[in-house]
Amino acid sequence: MNLTFKLSLFGVFKRFFCAGSLLFLLQALVATAQFKVDVSGVGLTQVPIAIATFKGEESAPQKTSAIVAADLERSGQFRVVSPGPAALDELSRPDMPALRQKSADALLAGSATRLADGRYEMRAKLWDVVTGQERNEFRETIAAADLRLSAHRMADWVYETLTGDKGVFATRIAYITKTSGKYSLWIADSDGENAQSALSSAEPIISPTWSPKGNQLAYVSFELRKPVIYVHELATGKRRVIANFKGSNSSPAWTPDGRSLVATLSRDGGSQLFQIEVASGEVKRLTNTTGIDTEPVLTSDGSKLYFVSDRGGSPQIYKMSATGGAVERVTFSGSYNISPALSPDGRWLTYISRVGGQFKVQVMNLSTGQVSAITDTTADERPSFAPNSKLIVYATVLQGREALMTTTLDGKIKAKLSGQSGDIREPAWGPYR
Amino acid sequence: MFNRFYATLALTVLLSACSSGVKLNDVPVEDKTASAVTTSAPASQAESTVAPVMTGKAGTMGVAPAGLNVVYFDYDSFTLKPEASAVLERNAAHLQANKQFKVQLEGHTDERGGREYNIALGQKRAETVRRALTLLGVSDAQLEAVSFGEEKPALNGADEAAYAKNRRVEFKY
Repeated sequence: MNLTFKLSLFGVFKRFFCAGSLLFLLQALVATAQFKVDVSGVGLTQVPIAIATFKGEESAPQKTSAIVAADLERSGQFRVVSPGPAALDELSRPDMPALRQKSADALLAGSATRLADGRYEMRAKLWDVVTGQERNEFRETIAAADLRLSAHRMADWVYETLTGDKGVFATRIAYITKTSGKYSLWIADSDGENAQSALSSAEPIISPTWSPKGNQLAYVSFELRKPVIYVHELATGKRRVIANFKGSNSSPAWTPDGRSLVATLSRDGGSQLFQIEVASGEVKRLTNTTGIDTEPVLTSDGSKLYFVSDRGGSPQIYKMSATGGAVERVTFSGSYNISPALSPDGRWLTYISRVGGQFKVQVMNLSTGQVSAITDTTADERPSFAPNSKLIVYATVLQGREALMTTTLDGKIKAKLSGQSGDIREPAWGPYR
Repeated sequence: MFNRFYATLALTVLLSACSSGVKLNDVPVEDKTASAVTTSAPASQAESTVAPVMTGKAGTMGVAPAGLNVVYFDYDSFTLKPEASAVLERNAAHLQANKQFKVQLEGHTDERGGREYNIALGQKRAETVRRALTLLGVSDAQLEAVSFGEEKPALNGADEAAYAKNRRVEFKY
C-alpha cells in the first residue's frame, strides 16, 4: 500500500479526530499502519475539500485524485473529505447542498483521458461549495510517464487557488540511501515517490544541495577516499570536481546567483569557510578561527551567511556578512546547535539542537528570536525548507530505521515520505521548477 | 618514552592552541579544482610535495608498518591518549625511513550528532595526529589529514563499546 492511498484513507478518519472523538482508534491506526502522520493541537484552520475519484483514472497508471489528496493533506492546510458515492467529473453539476452537509468548502473533480498517441489529457474543475460557484479550471496534455507530475501540478493549482500561496508539490527532494554497502543519491517527487537515482557509489555521499535553478546538485562524495565536493548536472549526469584540496572538503552551499559555493575546507588547517567560484575555481577564505566553522547557508539575497562554529566552546549558529568579517551569535540555548537552514522568505531558521542527549528539529522566528522544538523524535538531522517556506523536510529515526519526514513549521502536521527501504537520509528540498 | 611522549603531547596542545597562526603546509597546496571544462576527475598536478589525487587504492602511497595502525579517542575529545604513543612512534619511524611513502590520516567519530559537524570533529582528530607526527620529525608533505566523520564506523552498533572503537584516526598508506 503506498503512502498516497494511506493518506487519503487517513483523511477520512481525521474528520472524527477533529470532532474530538476516536483519538484512541486513531492512535491504533497510526500504530498499525506503516506510515506516520501526526496531527496534534487544536484550532487548526484547514480547508475541508472534497476530492472525487477522477473519471478514467482506474485505467490510468496513476491515481490522480489520491495523489492530489495526499499532497493537500501533507501541507497541513487541507482536510480531505469524501464527496459521497455519486460519480463526478469536471463536466458534472455537483449536488452542492449534499456537499455542504459533508462540511466540504471546496470540491475537486476531473478526468484522465488517454489519447490515441498514448498521452493523457488531464482536466479538472474546482468549485466553491459554499457559494456553489466554479473557481478554476485545469487542463493539460502530458505523457503517461508524467501523470504523477501532472497530479502534483494540479495539487499546486488547487493550493494556490484556495490559499493564494504557491504550492510546492511539483518540486523535488534529493536524498541519500545506504543499502547493503551501496550509497545512492536520489531525486524524488516531493512526496518521496518516483525516485530516480542520480549517483551510486561504494563510498559515502553526503550533503546534497540544490543549485538555485534546480538543474544541478553540489554534494560531498568520498569516492576518492576523502571528502571531495562535486557539482552534478542532473539532466546529463555530467559531474565536476569543485573542491579537492589537501585535507577535507565538505558542506557546500550555493550562493543565490548560482556562481559560487561556500564550503568548509581544511586545506589551511582546521575546518574553515571558503567561497569557491564554480567556473574559475577561484578560492577566497571567509573565516579565520582556530577551531571549526562549518555548515554555511546563505540568505536568499546573498548578503548574509549563517554557519556553525565552536568558537564559543560549543557548536552554535552564528551569522556574518557573506564576505566575512564580524560575527553575531544566533543560538544561545543549549550546548549543541547545528545544521542551520533558512526559509526562502527569510523569516525562519531551522536547525538541530541536542537536548538531553536527543537531537531535535528547532524552528526560530528570526524577527522575535522565539524558538520551538517541533518533533517528538530523538535523532533528527539536516532540516531543509520547502521553497514556499511552509514545510520542512528532515531525516530522523523511526522504530530503529532511518526515515524522512515532512512537517509544518508549527510541527502539527507530519508525514513520513515513502521511498526506498534501507537507510534514508540527507534530504534537500529543491527549488520551484 | 614517557618523557618524549608527554613532550609531544605538550607541544601538540600548544600548537593546536595557535594553529591558525601556524602555516601548516610549507608548500602551497595545488588547487585541484577543475576549470571550466567538464572533468570526471581532477587533473594530475606536477607538484610532488603535495598529496596527489586519491584514487582510493591504499597501496599506492606506501606500505604500512606491521601492527595496528589506529589510535582511539575519548568522547568529544581530540587529545591523544598515552597508549597512542607506540602507534605514533612506530609510524613516525616508518615514514622517516621511507620518505617516498605518504600516509592519509583518517579521522572518524561515533554516530552521534550531525554528519557535517562530525566531519569537522574527525578532521580535528586527524590534525592532532598529523601534528604529533610532525613533531616526531615526519615531513608534512608525507601527511594528509582527512575526515570521514561518522560515515565509516569500524563497528556497527549504538552502544559505548562500538562508539569507543569508532572514535579513531586510521593510518592509511
